[in-house]
Amino acid sequence: MKTSSSQALLRLLQAHFGKLWLLVVYLFLYGPLLFLILFSFNSTRQDAVFTGFSTRWYEALLNDSRLVGGFFLSLKVAVITGTLSTILGTFAAFVLVRYQRFRGRSLFSGLVSAPLVMPEVIIGLSLLLLMVAVQHAIGWPERGATTIVLGHTLLGMAYATVVVAARLREMDRTIEEAAMDLGCRPLQVFFLVTLPNILPSLVAAWMLTFTLSFDDVVISEFLSGPGVTTLPQVIFGYARRGVNPSIYAAATILILTVSTGIIAYSILTMRAQRRRERDAQAAVLAEIRSVEENVGTA
Amino acid sequence: MNIQRWLHVHPGRRFVIGVPFVWLLIFFVVPFLILLRISVTDMGNGVNPFAPLMQAVDGSLHIMLKYQNYLSIFEEVDKGSGAKAWGQTIYLEAYLTSLKYACLTTILCLVIGYPFAYFIARAKKSVQPALLMLVMLPFWTSFLLRVYAWKGILADQGVVNNVLVWAGFIQEPLQLLYSDVSMLVGMTYVYCPFMILPLYATLVKLDFRLLEAAYDLGASPWKAFWLITVPLSKAGIIAGSMLVFIPCVGEFVIPSLLGGAENIMIGRVVWDEMFSSNNWPRASALAVVMILFILVPMAVYNHYGAEREAAGKE
Repeated sequence: MKTSSSQALLRLLQAHFGKLWLLVVYLFLYGPLLFLILFSFNSTRQDAVFTGFSTRWYEALLNDSRLVGGFFLSLKVAVITGTLSTILGTFAAFVLVRYQRFRGRSLFSGLVSAPLVMPEVIIGLSLLLLMVAVQHAIGWPERGATTIVLGHTLLGMAYATVVVAARLREMDRTIEEAAMDLGCRPLQVFFLVTLPNILPSLVAAWMLTFTLSFDDVVISEFLSGPGVTTLPQVIFGYARRGVNPSIYAAATILILTVSTGIIAYSILTMRAQRRRERDAQAAVLAEIRSVEENVGTA
Repeated sequence: MNIQRWLHVHPGRRFVIGVPFVWLLIFFVVPFLILLRISVTDMGNGVNPFAPLMQAVDGSLHIMLKYQNYLSIFEEVDKGSGAKAWGQTIYLEAYLTSLKYACLTTILCLVIGYPFAYFIARAKKSVQPALLMLVMLPFWTSFLLRVYAWKGILADQGVVNNVLVWAGFIQEPLQLLYSDVSMLVGMTYVYCPFMILPLYATLVKLDFRLLEAAYDLGASPWKAFWLITVPLSKAGIIAGSMLVFIPCVGEFVIPSLLGGAENIMIGRVVWDEMFSSNNWPRASALAVVMILFILVPMAVYNHYGAEREAAGKE
């Protein structure tokens, strides 16, 4: 009896092994996020037992001038980084996809992707050495927000290039050729045809590089100056000292904002996709109908 | 060719190539050259953090290249006699620790991620985008905060220990934080999506009819898996492994938050040399050697990346 029931259990496990594995790994991926959200509402500094609901850590968070100051600095740095990275990444993606032959192309494609696989510690250290040397020579830039932006943009550009290049490869070039045949100048072609076509990838690249910058701690640690600390740096400093539920509260706000944003974004793009398909279908139907009518009258 | 004529040939094209190229040269190549240059100099005096490369001595210019910084990685100086010997310096140990964790993390990510990617690739086409988005979503929330959460989960009085004690598996809380366990859990947790996504990308293109054919010809599922699925997903396995291994070697945040005194990795040592000991030349030399360590996996990755690109074009 016992063997047959354990055999049945084994069979059940085998049949659903795939789903079970997915479930366990998703739990592993989402467990820490759930932990952060739950314990941000804890009434005591405890880590293991939920002692009661409270929002005191959210109040503590808003009154923590270092965290709030870090947040605004990070926001500023991330917006500039996102914009710069997307612009430079678009340039680099164009070079990679459109210019197959020029002197130094293999060097160029190696350089573009190198920051993706270079440990951040090395990027941070070598950029710091450059900044010190430049500052020594011309007295600028002072270490601070500017140098952090430059460091983040080096990394962000590599990511933006990957995202934009993927879209650029898929793009139908015949519409550009059509625009040129109709007398558009190259710049007009770019702004009127190419740019609207790759716009979704630019938005994605901007969001990705914004997040990258907003989240980075290693490059900022190397490149920031005295008195300049981004939000992740403040959090890193707190985290090394021990548990601080205010950080759980900050994490919860971040998780909820980001997941709402991403879910809304994907629903919107899915809807737009469906609408486009519907419009295309309607256009085809109308075409068929008009053909039928013409045939009927003839 | 003079520069004016050069710019005149294709002004737009030159501009488009020039902007990112110059940016990368200034902010990627030049810093690396400075790193190399400082790694072969002596520590400077109080004013300069490192000694000049060239010096005029007796009216002639001398270039001085010092390799002590590199030697000191492998050589131990006996404090009493001052004799030098090859030995287990803290630097060598940090490199070995980094390689150890990078290897173990890669294996763990592969073991967890391969079945995971396989089951997503075999799920219904309609649910696959949602399943993938669920893998990507944590990636968009702060890496630092997700690592920090493990500090609370694995603490002596944390969730895991409390559950284990409550369930009666253990009497005393286990030392999970600041140990191999917390290091590996943290690194696997952070880098698993980097393994899953390239694996999924190759597995989803796999023609599952090949497996059916193998079953029809009498292969066991296990044999079919090893003879068909694994070889056909080799590109994904290699790409994923490199994407996990390379950043793991240089990891800085996870050992700082989840590691103990035993788990010092090379990223941390570079930082300490730079900012605590103020020994810029040695920090630079350590960084250069670190690049050498990851050069081989990088070359492998690029080789297979180029192959993939070529296959994609066909």
